[in-house]
Amino acid sequence: MKLLASPAVRVGISISIATGLYGISFGALAVTSGLNIWQTMALSLLLFSGGSQFAFIGVVAGGGSGIAAMSAATLLGMRNGIYGMQLNALLRPTGWRKYIGAQLTIDESTATSTGQTDPAEQHRGFWAAGVGVYVLWNLFTAVGALAGSGLGDPKQWGLDGAAVAAFLALLWPRLKGREPIAIAAVCAVATVLAVPFVPPGVPILVAAVVAALVGWFSHGRRDEGLEPDVEPYGSHRPGQQAAGGKLPGLPGAGGMEPGAGA
Amino acid sequence: MSLWIWLLVACALAYAWKIVGYFVPARFLEDPRTSRIAGTMTIGLLASLTVVNAVVSGQGLAADARLGALAAAAIALVLRAPFLVVVIAGAGAAALLRFLGWS
Repeated sequence: MKLLASPAVRVGISISIATGLYGISFGALAVTSGLNIWQTMALSLLLFSGGSQFAFIGVVAGGGSGIAAMSAATLLGMRNGIYGMQLNALLRPTGWRKYIGAQLTIDESTATSTGQTDPAEQHRGFWAAGVGVYVLWNLFTAVGALAGSGLGDPKQWGLDGAAVAAFLALLWPRLKGREPIAIAAVCAVATVLAVPFVPPGVPILVAAVVAALVGWFSHGRRDEGLEPDVEPYGSHRPGQQAAGGKLPGLPGAGGMEPGAGA
Repeated sequence: MSLWIWLLVACALAYAWKIVGYFVPARFLEDPRTSRIAGTMTIGLLASLTVVNAVVSGQGLAADARLGALAAAAIALVLRAPFLVVVIAGAGAAALLRFLGWS
């Protein structure tokens, strides 16, 4: 297979398997948070953005309303719009590829594509990771949802602890340096302070407002927190990692290098 | 039933963010504030979701087995464990602490 000789396709496949597998944890947590199997599958098929999906069920599990869950998921999806701008400048998709590609625009496909330097490889990386994650994520969501609905008391299996771990794991790769840690700490405190005063789910939105205000009034790195939550090239390109302190080419590929985004 | 409605609204808005990115002129990216807010909000929301799921119970705070899950996940992340291992560590810690009698 010639396609398998492409480094971007190989990275795309391995990242698809790794990400797809944790679809199991999403499926299981979604049904134990109170969603039925069809609602769980609708999130993976239609929403298709891990962080937003976990946010939605995280709010529902805490007793939050549907509108609070929707708001948290939507605010967390804003970064996909930024990825879309980068990928549009990088891949210049036309026709149906734009509409299908948009649905596949997530952390994993963005990281796989923008980590490549050759334009053909950037295309292959995006589609390999995008299609691969989509197929496996949905497959394993179904497996997790079916397994989770047969588990009985979710607390006995520590599934509420699994949710805590999942959110920390999504946050962790973005905490590089003092500023993101400070933002995370301030938002954590804002959440705790808001809890007694507002309905469940709303403290998360309070934290989002605090984070947006920090972003509006402070002048740090423009791409803080926007490194996709995966590092497909982390172990293969130690030199670039050390030099940049973040994913190679991200998100500058779309706009920070002179000319690239013009 | 209303959960279905908000769920589908969330799906529609998620796709709206994605597709808008493909139609917004690339020079919009040059407004640093947009991408900065997208980034700080991602950090803030994930931090908040971690805290809510770890210590919030209804409209109060609770110290229970979920704190053990938080600690176990942090240790797994420091040891550079993959996502699924981190999640299993969190679940295992919470389940074990409950088995030992800590709510």
